[in-house]
Amino acid sequence: MINSAQILSPAMQRRRNARLRRGLLYAALIVLGLVAPLLAYPVFLMKVLCFALFASAFNLLLGYAGLLSFGHAAFLATGGYVTGYLLSSYPGLTPELGILVGTLAAVVLGGLFGALAIRRQGIYFAMVTLALAQMVFFFYIQAPFTGGEDGLHGVPRGQLFGMINLRSNLAMYYFVFAIFLFGFALIQRTVHSPFGQVLKAIRENEPRAISLGYNVDAYKLVAFVISAGVAGLAGATKTVVFQLASLTDAHWHMSGEVILMTLLGGVGTLFGPVVGAGLVVSLQHQLAQSPLGDWVNVILGAIFVLCVLSFRSGIVGEALKMIGKNFK
Amino acid sequence: MTMIFGVPLAVFMGQLLLGLINGAFYALLSLGLAVIFGLLKIVNFAHGAQYMLGAFAALLGFRYLGINYWLALVLVPLVIGALGVVLERLLLRRIAHLDHLYGLLLTFGLALIFEGTLVNFFGVSGASYPIPSALQGGFQLGFMFLPTYRAWVLVAALLVCLFTWFMIERTRLGAYLRAGTENSALMQAFGVNVPLLVTLTYGFGVALAAFAGVLAAPLYPVSPTMGSSLLIVVFAVVVIGGMGSILGAIVTGLAMGLIEGLTKVYYPEAANTVIFLVMILVLMLRPAGLFGKET
Repeated sequence: MINSAQILSPAMQRRRNARLRRGLLYAALIVLGLVAPLLAYPVFLMKVLCFALFASAFNLLLGYAGLLSFGHAAFLATGGYVTGYLLSSYPGLTPELGILVGTLAAVVLGGLFGALAIRRQGIYFAMVTLALAQMVFFFYIQAPFTGGEDGLHGVPRGQLFGMINLRSNLAMYYFVFAIFLFGFALIQRTVHSPFGQVLKAIRENEPRAISLGYNVDAYKLVAFVISAGVAGLAGATKTVVFQLASLTDAHWHMSGEVILMTLLGGVGTLFGPVVGAGLVVSLQHQLAQSPLGDWVNVILGAIFVLCVLSFRSGIVGEALKMIGKNFK
Repeated sequence: MTMIFGVPLAVFMGQLLLGLINGAFYALLSLGLAVIFGLLKIVNFAHGAQYMLGAFAALLGFRYLGINYWLALVLVPLVIGALGVVLERLLLRRIAHLDHLYGLLLTFGLALIFEGTLVNFFGVSGASYPIPSALQGGFQLGFMFLPTYRAWVLVAALLVCLFTWFMIERTRLGAYLRAGTENSALMQAFGVNVPLLVTLTYGFGVALAAFAGVLAAPLYPVSPTMGSSLLIVVFAVVVIGGMGSILGAIVTGLAMGLIEGLTKVYYPEAANTVIFLVMILVLMLRPAGLFGKET
């Protein structure tokens, strides 16, 4: 018998090992996700997962296409409001359909925003997305179906596929976990596809990507729409979990928060936003119960300043750098 | 009563004047942003917070130190501008060589810190600052009543805007500044102290925001969040006018204030969003802004 490893070149072998290691890592994380609700409070974990999905969506733009969107709260809120409105007004509607429509609404909005925003680059892009999101914010304050300043309360969680009662936090958790895995896998596949490689090329050197014949605007727009859709999915899911859609999600502070999560965890790494979201949500959760509760925004601001000044690659990014340096 | 398109003249003119005064603030703030962006290539997200600090400094100076309005108008921009100088020296300088987006993120963090700290000490509800005695009362113009303070704000803001425009476009210092934005390495080779220029420019931009804050203190409630909501509108103004343009900032600021005022008369529901609608329109027709240069 010939050992299959003997006929592989060293480079192929290394790649195979890397793939095997990545597979093991993913498997371990999925197992961790499955047992997590037995170790920690499921509602808290669901909040982390929703924000992790939101941050991952944001990171697809900033980390892989080099586009800083300062208006991602608009998509989170749109997913949330549309889903919340549908589930409250049509009692027969199942939650998965509500979430689906909410996500689609965010996709449509993403198409509109994207078409306008990708006309400008860099800082201009950030400011255009911010201003557009602010319009959405004012719309949700005044629109008749959003409950204005009060938001939508008591959105029913309902029966998943008409069968599984989501009022149980555990059932809800596994549903959210499945949605998170779907969204994360979508982003992972996007990043590691030829499409993702073109995005990275655009991030590194846009004029060069244009000269190579790529329709840069089309690539950016598609990336924007995917990102908006996944952000909307996160918002829709969040609404079902907390049975609530509110203006907080539409406010530009939320757009800032998701930037912080991504920056803190590591821009341009797949797990960075997940780690960042977990940290920021835990921090807010912990601080809210401590005497420092009133200082949450100041502390977040300080973390922002520290991140930009001293560890721009974020936690996961710095860790990867360290591993790269020491284990070669 | 004379009517204009179905609206009484006094109401129409009143809203127009309110719009013009808001526009003066948009102009002052977007001017500060344009000056800072021109040389530092930083979108100063802390601009709203610095405007708010200006208003608070005037309020606290009045309450605890008895500093009157006129003194505050000179002193506050100096103090807050000096704070800007310190920020530039300690923080912004360290990231000057990086992608411009980091400047935006850093100043955003600073804005959170300023705003959050003041919220903790003063809460979110606003305090009021008395109109100085010399500027109380108003003029009866026949078709409307013009409060003296509002007239003063308009005149003061316009004078400062014109002064800034003159300094940058018509003086030697301004020429250095403009050259520094084009090619700072070359300017340094000519013996111009560009880092000092950068520091002072940031300080000046911040001082402009603080000046606007003092002007605003007797008009609007002084609260920690007064800057952040205004800032987003100012960003839209900046996008409409075209980012580094000095003239664009002034003209667009005033024009957007007027448009907002008119919308309040005819379709109040859209008053908050009309500027963003104009922004979308401008972006579709002229992506570089009305006064911007295509890059």
